[in-house]
Amino acid sequence: MVWEHQDKTAIVGVGATPYYKRGESMPRTIYELVGEAIMAACDDAGLSVKQIDGFAYYSGAMAGYTDKMDTADIMEMLGIPEVTFTAALTSGGGGSAGSIGLASAAIIAGDAKYVVTVMGLQQAKQRLGTVFGALAPDPINSFLQPSGLVGPGHLMSVLARRHMHLYGTRREAFAEIAMSTRANAANRPEAMHKKPMTLEDYFNAPMIADPLCLFDFCQETDGAVAVITTSTERAKDLKQKPVLVRAAAHGGSKDWGRAFAWMGMPDESFASAGNKAVADRLYEKAGMKPDDIDVALLYDHFSPMVLMQLEDYGFCKKGEGGEFVESGAIRYGSGSIPVNTHGGQLSEAYIIGMTHIREAVEQIRGTAINQVDNANVALVTGGPASLPVSGLILTGE
Amino acid sequence: MSEQNTAVTMAQIIPGDHISITTDTCTEPFWQAAKEHRLTACQCADCGHFRMPPRPYCPECQSKNINWPTLSGEGTVYSFAICHQSPYPDLEHFTYVPVVVEMADAPGVRFVSNIVGVDTAKVEIGMNVKVDWNPIKDGWVLPIFRPL
Repeated sequence: MVWEHQDKTAIVGVGATPYYKRGESMPRTIYELVGEAIMAACDDAGLSVKQIDGFAYYSGAMAGYTDKMDTADIMEMLGIPEVTFTAALTSGGGGSAGSIGLASAAIIAGDAKYVVTVMGLQQAKQRLGTVFGALAPDPINSFLQPSGLVGPGHLMSVLARRHMHLYGTRREAFAEIAMSTRANAANRPEAMHKKPMTLEDYFNAPMIADPLCLFDFCQETDGAVAVITTSTERAKDLKQKPVLVRAAAHGGSKDWGRAFAWMGMPDESFASAGNKAVADRLYEKAGMKPDDIDVALLYDHFSPMVLMQLEDYGFCKKGEGGEFVESGAIRYGSGSIPVNTHGGQLSEAYIIGMTHIREAVEQIRGTAINQVDNANVALVTGGPASLPVSGLILTGE
Repeated sequence: MSEQNTAVTMAQIIPGDHISITTDTCTEPFWQAAKEHRLTACQCADCGHFRMPPRPYCPECQSKNINWPTLSGEGTVYSFAICHQSPYPDLEHFTYVPVVVEMADAPGVRFVSNIVGVDTAKVEIGMNVKVDWNPIKDGWVLPIFRPL
């Protein structure tokens, strides 16, 4: 059913710290980074931080996988007088895009006026790349961790291989995702990696978890990004052109569930990004279809998951993602659906999905560095991972 | 562009003295059976549906009654990865092959473990495997797989 609250909320501010290579944000603290991103987002919106009255997190309000963000700490630090809403989507990075739906729900319900969504992370203590191997085993992951699948990329390599087996997907397709994303990062001042990548570079990179090599893995970044959502009505009085929330959706099917932490998905879901149920509902709520999307900001922790999201979100048929990307379809400037025009998590920076929201806002404002001509509809997705996964469609006026 | 290294690289066992597990009331029968080199899986005693890891409720019929049938230990490779970096910082790099195995006599059950004692270039989806046992910390034993 088409969502009755389409376009009633809007993103009005975006702020970020510099992006640092893993560990290099020290000796700054996680709260300093989070505070800087929130203050920058307020400044961008033309708001005083004292007007913030809501927090809508994802990833259980964890900052990365080892630190936490607590609203009372942030209020004490920044002098926010009162909050009327503070909540988080569960699980991990799958909820990044959906957190804007949580913010919108608070605003539509009248529970808050100016809602912050923020993610900050530092990896000096524990890098995300091997986080699962470093965790003390609990009774459930005791059925997974002894296999030596020590990080998310190792786990997803098993899904990627199944996709290759079922559909004939080639490593050249993963390479095209890595190369096209790198090309988009070339002119971005913030990007961690700007050097052009050739097919030869890709195939010469060390294998980390075969079939995935180094360039299939995203960056490990320190930093923070915050966005502010409010009602479209209030947005009219603020500094920036409002970026309207056409629709947001989070959740997903039991068939995906804990996904690669479980490995029990039925065959049709196993070699997927787990976003199909959310994608279908998102398009229905938005009254839109894949053809309506001008630019797609797809959560790219690992290149095969971009390919499988292109299938889940209907840009190509199930199983045809490899052929689709190898045709050049996702290239900025020449493809039919430009993907991750900011250089994504593969080449720009990894702030657990927030850079994709930032880029979508810049595309709709018309201020993106790799601006898509007349971009009026942007899709943002949350990371294929344990549920919830999520999607968000933002539009101009 | 995708040619493989032609030298034989054997899939190795992850040293058991580095592997630990924990159990709870619901999962312990699986691990107790493994100590006796008996592979089992959590099966609903009412509707017969298998579920792994073991959970208190059957997701099909919500029954809490459980059977622990002895499985043949035979299955097929559903998918796998080939890893060349040590999963443990204090161990030198070695090659190991995480594998997802579908069990012949427990529909829907997949074990996530390792395949060992095989040239990594010979590992393929659909290959037949049989369970073997790797002693790990605290007296527990981990099911692993070898080619059948």
